[in-house]
Amino acid sequence: MKNFDVVVIGGGPAGLAAALSARKKGASVAVLERDDKLGGILNQCIHSGFGLHYFGEELTGPEYAKRFRDAVLQDSGISVFLETMVLSLSKDKIICALSPAEGLLEIQAKAVVLAMGCRERSAGAIALAGERPAGIYTAGAAQRLCNIDGCLVGKEVVILGSGDIGLIMARRMTSEGAKVKLVMEIMPFSSGLKRNIVQCLNDFDIPLRYSTTVTRAEGKDRLTGVYIAPVDEKLAPILEKEEFIPCDTLLLSVGLIPENDLVSDMIELSPITKGAVVDERRETSLEGVFSAGNVLHVHDLVDNVSEEAAIAGESAALYALGKLPRGEKYAVTPSRGVRYALPQRIQAGEGKVRVYFRVDQVYRGKTVAVASGGEIVKRKKTAVMAPGEMQYIEIDKTALTGDVSIYLEEV
Amino acid sequence: MNTVCIMCPIGCALSVTEESGKIVVTGNSCLRGQKYGESEFVCPKRVVTTLIKGEKGGVVSVKTAEPVEKKLVKEVLKEAAAFRLSSSVRAGEIVLENVAGSGVALVATADYDAK
Repeated sequence: MKNFDVVVIGGGPAGLAAALSARKKGASVAVLERDDKLGGILNQCIHSGFGLHYFGEELTGPEYAKRFRDAVLQDSGISVFLETMVLSLSKDKIICALSPAEGLLEIQAKAVVLAMGCRERSAGAIALAGERPAGIYTAGAAQRLCNIDGCLVGKEVVILGSGDIGLIMARRMTSEGAKVKLVMEIMPFSSGLKRNIVQCLNDFDIPLRYSTTVTRAEGKDRLTGVYIAPVDEKLAPILEKEEFIPCDTLLLSVGLIPENDLVSDMIELSPITKGAVVDERRETSLEGVFSAGNVLHVHDLVDNVSEEAAIAGESAALYALGKLPRGEKYAVTPSRGVRYALPQRIQAGEGKVRVYFRVDQVYRGKTVAVASGGEIVKRKKTAVMAPGEMQYIEIDKTALTGDVSIYLEEV
Repeated sequence: MNTVCIMCPIGCALSVTEESGKIVVTGNSCLRGQKYGESEFVCPKRVVTTLIKGEKGGVVSVKTAEPVEKKLVKEVLKEAAAFRLSSSVRAGEIVLENVAGSGVALVATADYDAK
């Protein structure tokens, strides 16, 4: 059995930032990564646009990953285990993992950081009707095949879902010589960032149809096309308006789900984020187990992941070294226009806390309010808020006198 | 001209006009947005990212070291697709000088080991 103060499960952006911040507090750290290289999904995100907040410059995914990877690999206090699949984590923090180099590996951790990221929703997850021929991929799978393995998955492409990966892949497939005929979004708004609609679709004259979905896929061996139709207010397809679009590839960018299989029976999960319920230290309902990045809630920006994971890593180190402060906790509850808020608990005390939240639809000119113990403690005016763009509001802990609610005024 | 700023994830809605020979940008919330608005009005530019194939297999991700004129983007992609890398490169090293006559180099964004 190996022993570490902090074991980080997952070597993507969250895991690497958590490992580095845990080291800064003097903990011994292990990072367990399933892939043969650290960096996670950033390695396949070859486009630029990362790091503006965190590094003050615009980097591509591989460049952003490299900065963290190099720092981790240079730190002799961090042990990296690659090609290592974690099989189980017990309540007393014994991790059982498998790797070609180590065989069966047992590790006793004093604290654990969950940084496993998320998975894409697949054709099965959205109950896609019709045939199951070759040519139906999640956008991220197509991205990996393209950018890491150098394989273009198709020539005539239709994309369902306007999440950022779908938009990015529309441009990527076009750049590699494929024809992207259409991007569809079932909602009347995009779940992706505005700038991706501009630079990935508009720049390449790729049409985007809102309130439209795929009704069925057709093709025996290879996809030959998809039927699409507009949807009504209840998101049900209007079948009289169904039309056929010939294509050999359908990419799905229809949402991401935190990958919490390892701990789903052990820690409290939020039914909305599908990630752990945490306090502002990113500690889960199981003492000494912390969570950060896309396994906690799906982020739009890796910069936010790095920031969040640094909090989790530092807190895990403090816990392992017996220095994590404890106190009364207030519940944070979203209402009126706010779909979720994170952290879901805030420990009484001093200092500032950023509460991250998402709204449930597009709002213009609304004021976000935070109340505690029945009194409003913070208000913030906003121009435009969309569900695809994570928001935050900073509150002073000393102002809190009881449970916290966050909502939009006049909603 | 109305456009959306792509300089950061906020995506400010910009309005760019020319008033007595001066370019006026409104709707931006920072200096980068001001510059982007001006650039979009005069000569839109983009950073291009794509892949370069190795002579004996494998790919390496690259980017233009600076934004290139938007009208050259297709040419940059074409030249990058036709090029074959024969030696190993490290992230940050130049792979192809003056791509598509843009005056800008293609730079590797990851390491590549030639087989």
